[in-house]
Amino acid sequence: MPSRSAREAVNALLLLLPAFLILIAFRIIPILLSVRMSLYDWGMAGPRAFVGLGNYLEVIKDPMFYRSLINTGWYIVFEVPATIFLSLFIALLLNQRIRGLSIYRTIYYLPVVTSIVAVSVVWKWLLHPERGVFNYLLSLAGITGIRWLQDPRGIFQLILGSHGDNLPYALRGPSVALISLVLMGIWKALGYNIVLFLAGLQNIPQTYYEAARIDGASRFRTFWRITWPLLSPTTYYVLIMSSIAAFETFAQVWIMTGPPPGGPLGTTKVVMYYFYENAFELWRLGYGAAIAFIAFIIILCLTLLQRVVLEKKVHYG
Amino acid sequence: MAKRTIRNLPVHLLLILGSVSMLLPFYWMVVTSLKTPLEALLFPPTWIPGKWQFGNYLEVFRQIPLWRYLGNTVFITLLSVAGILFTGIPAAYAFARLRFPGREVLFMLLLALMMIPLPVYLVPSYMILYRLGWIDTYAAMIVPWIVNIFSIFLLRQHIRQLPQDLFDAARIDGLSTLQILLRIIIPLCRAPIATIIVFNVISSWNSFFWPLIVTNSDHIRPLQVGLAYFSREQSTNYTLLMAATTLSIIPLVILFFIAQKQIIQSQARAGLKE
Repeated sequence: MPSRSAREAVNALLLLLPAFLILIAFRIIPILLSVRMSLYDWGMAGPRAFVGLGNYLEVIKDPMFYRSLINTGWYIVFEVPATIFLSLFIALLLNQRIRGLSIYRTIYYLPVVTSIVAVSVVWKWLLHPERGVFNYLLSLAGITGIRWLQDPRGIFQLILGSHGDNLPYALRGPSVALISLVLMGIWKALGYNIVLFLAGLQNIPQTYYEAARIDGASRFRTFWRITWPLLSPTTYYVLIMSSIAAFETFAQVWIMTGPPPGGPLGTTKVVMYYFYENAFELWRLGYGAAIAFIAFIIILCLTLLQRVVLEKKVHYG
Repeated sequence: MAKRTIRNLPVHLLLILGSVSMLLPFYWMVVTSLKTPLEALLFPPTWIPGKWQFGNYLEVFRQIPLWRYLGNTVFITLLSVAGILFTGIPAAYAFARLRFPGREVLFMLLLALMMIPLPVYLVPSYMILYRLGWIDTYAAMIVPWIVNIFSIFLLRQHIRQLPQDLFDAARIDGLSTLQILLRIIIPLCRAPIATIIVFNVISSWNSFFWPLIVTNSDHIRPLQVGLAYFSREQSTNYTLLMAATTLSIIPLVILFFIAQKQIIQSQARAGLKE
């Protein structure tokens, strides 16, 4: 008769077995294999030659890799803060006990549950340079001829006019085409973040606001002194989540840009697409594994950096 | 009540303006899907179709095997979600209520695995599927996805909050582990289980990257991949594209309207837990 604790342990292991079998086969082993693959010149037929850190060196030497990093960087820099600002603004509007709250919330949330594929197909049509409804609406305001997904010029380049053409790639700013993807990204992510901010706002104890009212603090001051600091855990969560999601931009590029995708002139080729192209179109699997690792290390560093820099400012009640 | 609405008028105006911007793409999708190809290309465009072309929807079914895609998606989604519950409920119970050596280590391992992004294990997973002869099969789209770590965490939280008396009583009555799962855990965790079902249905229904990579033939493609290829083939046939897209989002939009309270609340809770 085995002891009860031994029985309990056997029991637990049996319960964990189904989940861990799958995880071992499709997560743990692949992650370990990934390290090995990245050290080989590995094609569809298996390992061809051991190249050591050759793949990594090649990735680091490839100008397209830097471009894809810059593209992803611009995408995050433009999409994440704009989404946070807008969704917080709308959440503040919704938080005033207004009528029709649930209707508004439903409307803003609708793009979140719609698949990225469907959204991309629709937006490609909205952004059509000659027949798109966006350019029609802008033409009412006298703005014509924006070639949303076809224009490779960076926005800083456009602002500087003729001086901008000699700028190095990194300083040209996101291309008009990448900004088009950013706009769609903001539209799609708003509802998700509004819901998070609303929950955060409703979590702030009302007594603070009553105290502020008694002290005669202005609305603006109340926001900066009470709402913003007490909301910081939510803001922080939204920031991390949005940055990770933005890093995974892929379907938009596959569907909306090009041909070839990643165009015009490679200005929408984000890291995830660069990885896909090398691994699953050119079938350079070892090289793809190396890209994935380098990208992962970069994300990890950025997340840790955000932690170190912002954690001190986050106010956990 | 009316007074407050008037005072809030500027707020409502802003929110309505925002709502119109949110809905415009959906409106444009549906309206385009009901136009003739010629009318779709008019500039300035028409806001309401001149002649309602419901035939576009029939034409989509003639052009692509949409029923097939839909069936594939439903099949993959159902099996994935069933698998997630089958692996998740026992694992969550073990982590929440049982003591065993290595519990913390395994739990940390799960956390670490959750942090690792898809591309890192995608390439070798593909090789493994290839060796198994699973490329271009349903198994490749289902089996790797029948574990969802986040769902295990969510359930574990709920099971830990159940009163200890229940489990003491179960032991006194001599319930087996299976009976505990079926008679205590599942009935008392209806809410988190429903949340897990809804969230995994949405993510499975909408997944694109993985099925794009592991499928080659048209007849096993899920809806998202089929639609994406259709959008490349018919890149200028906007009325058909919009009809196909409309059809592709209807099921999830219906699910959203049915389960919207649940979706929005559980998403809000997930954010507050951090």
